[in-house]
Amino acid sequence: MNLHEYQAKEIFSKFGITVKGGELVRSPEEAAAAAERMGGMVVVKAQVHSGGRGKAGGIKLAKTPKEARAAAAAILGLDIRGHEVKKVFVTPAADIDHEYYLGIVLDRAKGLPLIMVSREGGVDIETVAKERPDQLKKFHFHPSVGLRSYDARWLAGGIESDPAGRKSIAAILTKLAKCYVDCDASLTEINPLVRLKDGSFLALDAKMTLDDSGLFKHPDLAELRDMDEEDKDEDRARRDGLSFIRLEGNIGCIVNGAGLAMATMDLVKHFGGEPANFLDIGGSSNPDKVVTALDIITKDPSVKVILFNIFGGITRCDDVAKGLAKALEIKPVALPIVIRLTGTNEAEAREFLKKVSGVEAQGTMEDAVRRAVELTNAGGGAQR
Amino acid sequence: MSILIDKSTKVVVQGITGRDGSFHAKAMKAYGTHVVAGVTPGKGGQSLDGIPVFETVREAVEQTGANASGIFVPPGFAPDAVREAIDAGIKLVVVVTEGVPALEMCAVHEEVRAKGARVVGPNSPGLISPGKCKLGIMPAEIHRPGPVGVVSRSGTLTYEMVDQLTKSGLGQTTCLGIGGDPVIGTTFMDALMMFKDDPETKGVVLLGEIGGTAEEEAAVYIKEKLGKPVVAFIAGQTAPPGRRMGHAGAIISGGSGTAAEKIKALETAGIRVARLPSEIGPLMKKALRI
Repeated sequence: MNLHEYQAKEIFSKFGITVKGGELVRSPEEAAAAAERMGGMVVVKAQVHSGGRGKAGGIKLAKTPKEARAAAAAILGLDIRGHEVKKVFVTPAADIDHEYYLGIVLDRAKGLPLIMVSREGGVDIETVAKERPDQLKKFHFHPSVGLRSYDARWLAGGIESDPAGRKSIAAILTKLAKCYVDCDASLTEINPLVRLKDGSFLALDAKMTLDDSGLFKHPDLAELRDMDEEDKDEDRARRDGLSFIRLEGNIGCIVNGAGLAMATMDLVKHFGGEPANFLDIGGSSNPDKVVTALDIITKDPSVKVILFNIFGGITRCDDVAKGLAKALEIKPVALPIVIRLTGTNEAEAREFLKKVSGVEAQGTMEDAVRRAVELTNAGGGAQR
Repeated sequence: MSILIDKSTKVVVQGITGRDGSFHAKAMKAYGTHVVAGVTPGKGGQSLDGIPVFETVREAVEQTGANASGIFVPPGFAPDAVREAIDAGIKLVVVVTEGVPALEMCAVHEEVRAKGARVVGPNSPGLISPGKCKLGIMPAEIHRPGPVGVVSRSGTLTYEMVDQLTKSGLGQTTCLGIGGDPVIGTTFMDALMMFKDDPETKGVVLLGEIGGTAEEEAAVYIKEKLGKPVVAFIAGQTAPPGRRMGHAGAIISGGSGTAAEKIKALETAGIRVARLPSEIGPLMKKALRI
């Protein structure tokens, strides 16, 4: 789960990291008022779950409250990589002497958190890593130990030679590592960390991503999920134990298992179709999941054909068939439905499906996908 | 031979009285696996389908000689369940549980390594050596004994591919699901090394997906060290970047970890990559010259 800059900053400050605070506002007027309260120059920053805000025009400097109003008016409503800006963060401008990069990610190859620091902040860390790898210092730490103080001092020494500055950066690194572990994060990043003209350090920007699997341990953090950024159907699917992601195409896919769901999407594309979604009904035998899945998919007006691909293991084919029948009873669907069922209780499911009208059964995954694409090209069904 | 499990494997099921644990303990037993014990705190002394239930793994090991564990407990309890198993001396632990916090598993894996044990998973369908032992949740009937080793990051996709192999007349030595999480105990590389040393495994099917670089690393090993033919399949060519595709590990980030990159790395290393599930069997047969 991604967090906004303002949320990440609140969390960082709870861990003792000095941040550049500010006010979250939703209109140009509020932005002007906030700038007025802050006095002097402010920075107006888009709060969306997307990188590259600066390049997309989502960050603007304003010298006066009037300029802050104009900046907010320009940024609000902006589309940044498919994310509409609905709120901005107004923060006092800082008197910057130098910008650094500090970040922690989970290195899956090593199975440990990787802390990275660079003397060059405020830019894409990927660019630094690629073009000037000597500018990047890396260190793996053990989550049950945390970042040891001497390792923090060693890392800090790689990006700052002044002893006082080095000490400050080391302290921030230790706090950032603690925050990462304590919150079950998968990314914490300060880019840039700035040294001000007075020699003090603060996090000018903040980024944080939480491990979805860790959220059950942190109900307070789970509450930070921003519904403005969430697709309503994706959210509903998640709450009902499904995994759903909307795509651009017109063949609605209902599959059990994430790998098979991805392979099904790929196969649709291979045969010349376009998947409308990724949808994994998961590994349980609950017919209600099929009801929810079908409801979500049929709400999408671009869907022309519905494709089921079920390989029953822990999921029983007859339960899926019953779920489908139940869903059609609650809400009839005018779209063609192609279904492929293999595995546990396949025979029972096939027998049961004979009684359900408008459902076409196929023997293999490839046959089912090919048929679904064929039906789509033939025009599919009329959406209600 | 087979890897990790065989006819002598004695399994303890942790979380045996739960919904999934009880179902699969029975299914494993029905397949012929020696499910010698179950563990559920608070339910010691009971039995399930003739399998004795213990309070702790230590007691289960002492009284039944269990030497492998299948973990079916909820995510919050899974890390400690692994610790309990390895502390009781078990050397192979399969974590079926999905949704375990990744950082907790980092810590657990470190302890597992220190004990010289092995974890498969988490978020793993487990493993099966057809005709010998099943320690997992896969539908057993699609598997046949034979010369192909299968290693995969996914559950149902593995079933699909195993079904394709069996239907084209190719049985399997061991099918291993390493799990869909970003931090897992047994990697592609570990599995490949074990398949290399298994004389019965003549060829390997590798089923990958988007996210991470495990397939790319495997490609290098296959080319330089494996000495056995490999056929691969990569799921997620149409996956949008930045989204978690069901599995916590299946996410394309920062433009790397794409299916296209993985396929390229595999093909550059001389590995045949199937574009369709139905190509898996024929490609493997060709590679094995059958």
